Amino acid sequence: MSDTQGLRLRLRLARPDFALHVDLALPATGITVLFGPSGSGKTSLLRCVAGLEKPAHGLVRVGPELWQDDASGVFRPPWQRDLGYVFQEASLFEHLDVGQNMAYGLKRSGKPGAAAALERAIALLGIGHLMDRSPGSLSGGERQRVAIARALATQPRLLLLDEPLAALDLARRREILPWLERMRDELSLPMLYITHSVDELARLADHVVVLEGGSVKASGPAQEVLARVDTPAIVGDEAGVLLSGTVVEVDARWHLAKVAFAGGALWVRDSAMPLGQLVRLRVLARDVSLTVHETHDTSIQNHIQGRIEAIADDVHPSQTLVRIRCGESVLVARVTRRALSALNLAEGAAVWAQVKSVAVIG
Amino acid sequence: MDFPLNRDALDAIGLTLALASATTLILLALATPLAWWLSQTQSRWRAPIGALATLPLVLPPSVLGFYLLVAMGPQGPLGHLTQAMGWGVLSFTFTGLLIGSVIFSLPFAVQPVQHAFESMGARPLEVAYTLRASPIDAFFSVALPLARPGLVTAAILSFSHTVGEFGVVLMIGGNIPGKTRVVSTQIYGHVEAMEYAQAHWLAGGMLVFSFAVLLGLSMLRKRAGRVRP
Repeated sequence: MSDTQGLRLRLRLARPDFALHVDLALPATGITVLFGPSGSGKTSLLRCVAGLEKPAHGLVRVGPELWQDDASGVFRPPWQRDLGYVFQEASLFEHLDVGQNMAYGLKRSGKPGAAAALERAIALLGIGHLMDRSPGSLSGGERQRVAIARALATQPRLLLLDEPLAALDLARRREILPWLERMRDELSLPMLYITHSVDELARLADHVVVLEGGSVKASGPAQEVLARVDTPAIVGDEAGVLLSGTVVEVDARWHLAKVAFAGGALWVRDSAMPLGQLVRLRVLARDVSLTVHETHDTSIQNHIQGRIEAIADDVHPSQTLVRIRCGESVLVARVTRRALSALNLAEGAAVWAQVKSVAVIG
Repeated sequence: MDFPLNRDALDAIGLTLALASATTLILLALATPLAWWLSQTQSRWRAPIGALATLPLVLPPSVLGFYLLVAMGPQGPLGHLTQAMGWGVLSFTFTGLLIGSVIFSLPFAVQPVQHAFESMGARPLEVAYTLRASPIDAFFSVALPLARPGLVTAAILSFSHTVGEFGVVLMIGGNIPGKTRVVSTQIYGHVEAMEYAQAHWLAGGMLVFSFAVLLGLSMLRKRAGRVRP
């Protein structure tokens, strides 16, 4: 990563009950998900990037722009940082209608092409029909879409989203997620996205930063971070990997589609995906079992050959997380210690991974 | 019987309205920045200044009036100042009355506005900052409009409290007809002179006025409450 690309964050924030201490270099495009339990410092980190936490020390550089650098005495206040911020709860100005809310940041950002940016943001979030409404008359999902569009309309260099879906029910979340995916795919705008929902992480993340107790536990491309077994980002039932692949074959008779990824292929439920479409697959560790030889007399149809790369402790002492290298991809299986011992499996052993279930997540 | 509202009564009503209007305008201009500071600051001066701004609420009006009279008098610090500036002595003048009224009604203006600023929290301002608004811009474009119910309450309370004050007015103004005699002191004068009919007209008018103000205020609050989710 060259010196003037991407995000560089080196931040320290001391609080009586909590200390944030991070040193991160993040990509210049795509969604970076900040992941971790509550109290791990996700929101504090985002507020430091925005300049809303004055006592924070360190360095914030976004592309070529230096927003904060203690060494050279630079501290830009939030209103001089070229960013968009979407807060967890709806934060529309109640004394203005939707159109005036949209115009608020737009006319203050003073950038060329403001009218076009406004049109784009309105179209991208599908809120054209809401312009004359008052914020109080909108549903939670609509309010959050307006808040996101309002931030986008200022044409920021960086978009910060603090659990934008957390205050919404499941139906509203499902309503907004496609808009977020569209933003990720259509804008070359880096986004920092806080969530503690595994579902949102799996669907949206290009890059993942796992925070715990104010420190960075892991940071890297989403697929790599999720495939780690030594310091798993997600523990428990939702542990599993993310694969990206292409639809290469459709079996109309059985309503199945074959998705090829670097290192193998999986049959998944056909949800009318055209051939050649890029999809994300999520394979949970609890849905992967291991055999030494390929077995055909089983109901599980997805078998992938690989080699055991690592074996790590799981939460319960009876179980382990096994990382299997399949070409350029990685699967993680949850197996008991007794099974490993009975099959005489150790690091380096050749195995077949049987995948019982795969989720296609757009 | 004479027409109940004679020349003196009309003078007193006119003076009362002028005093209350001027007091309200000055108080809004003074109390808004003070309330803003009190709602935002973490300074150690916050508590003493806040207490000072609330003091007129609990102090007997005669005590406040007495000190103001002494301060404004020819030997008082304020009196020295006004004399040096060539304005003469302010006690027993409309200006003196105005200063007294402003101080006396200060808590009624500061508290509703401060409460409005505090209850909106830091979030609307932070949102404004992330949309490129400087603090001053955010104050005028976000904080002030959102505090509107508090400002309206402050204006109504300041106005009606000034109309109803008596002790301070009597101490500082001296009840001079056409100059510092307002409705409340006029009523007092009527009662002293056993002119109960005239006293009734003015006192009854004050009663209706005060009731109307409180009724209007509660209706305003209800409507403001409906607008905000």
